Amino acid sequence: MSIMQDSREATMVGRRSDGTLIRRPLSPHLQVYDMLQMTSAISISHRITGIVWVAGVVVMTWWLVAAAAGPRAFDAVQWFLGSFLGILLLMGVIAAAWFHTLAGIRHLAWDAGWGYDIPTVYKTGRAVLIGTGVLTALTWLALIVSW
Amino acid sequence: MSHTTSGQPPRQRLLQTPLRRVRGSGSAKQGTHHWWMQRVSSIALLPLTIWFIVSLATSAGMTHVEAVLWIRQPLNAVLLLALVALTFQHTASGLQVVIEDYTNQEWLKIALILAVKGICWLLGIAAVLAVVRIVALPIAV
Repeated sequence: MSIMQDSREATMVGRRSDGTLIRRPLSPHLQVYDMLQMTSAISISHRITGIVWVAGVVVMTWWLVAAAAGPRAFDAVQWFLGSFLGILLLMGVIAAAWFHTLAGIRHLAWDAGWGYDIPTVYKTGRAVLIGTGVLTALTWLALIVSW
Repeated sequence: MSHTTSGQPPRQRLLQTPLRRVRGSGSAKQGTHHWWMQRVSSIALLPLTIWFIVSLATSAGMTHVEAVLWIRQPLNAVLLLALVALTFQHTASGLQVVIEDYTNQEWLKIALILAVKGICWLLGIAAVLAVVRIVALPIAV
């Protein structure tokens, strides 16, 4: 093989299923995306909200372990969740959880082969954003009513 | 041989047997297993998570006794155990993909993935043990 003239060539070499090499663009780098586009913004937000949710998973574990440990440990969790920091954390986790859930449903629809055309992608993207807002508000309403 | 934008790509002799290619397991030898399990756990977590969020959001001010009695109920205990197991499975494999994508040093990648898996296993075991302990409490609290 001759020396490549352009380093970008390295990202253009793929392989057909029979093993022959073919020039085709592979995963483009981050810089080609306009992060103000809803499509790419929701895409990276799906990852970020998945990571944020980990904080909620840790609190869930703390809550269960404290309930098993006894009233004093349990009161400590409940106190934390009612504190400023706890409420802030719950707010973030609840919004992130609804976003990740709705965007996850969108991903499952894509995996099933549905919703790839651009108008549908934008429609479902808007539905994820609006749905996150509505469900987060409803969750907080339920929390405040039952507190 | 060189290949340009217009030229035909060169053919290359395959070092794989046809069987290996048909199995499609790739260099990680797992094929699509990781990806598929991520979808399966997400489908299972969908109803479980909604159940858990709705249950807790509608009973925010639970006292310790109320919480223990709620966790003790057979249906709740079963669903909680399923939720905990699937949550930590899904979390560990999701974080693994993030680490694989953004870490470029092999030792760091392996160290982070193992750390995440270890923490997920320990927290998961702690959560399962907590539910089991509450269910096994001898007296009505």
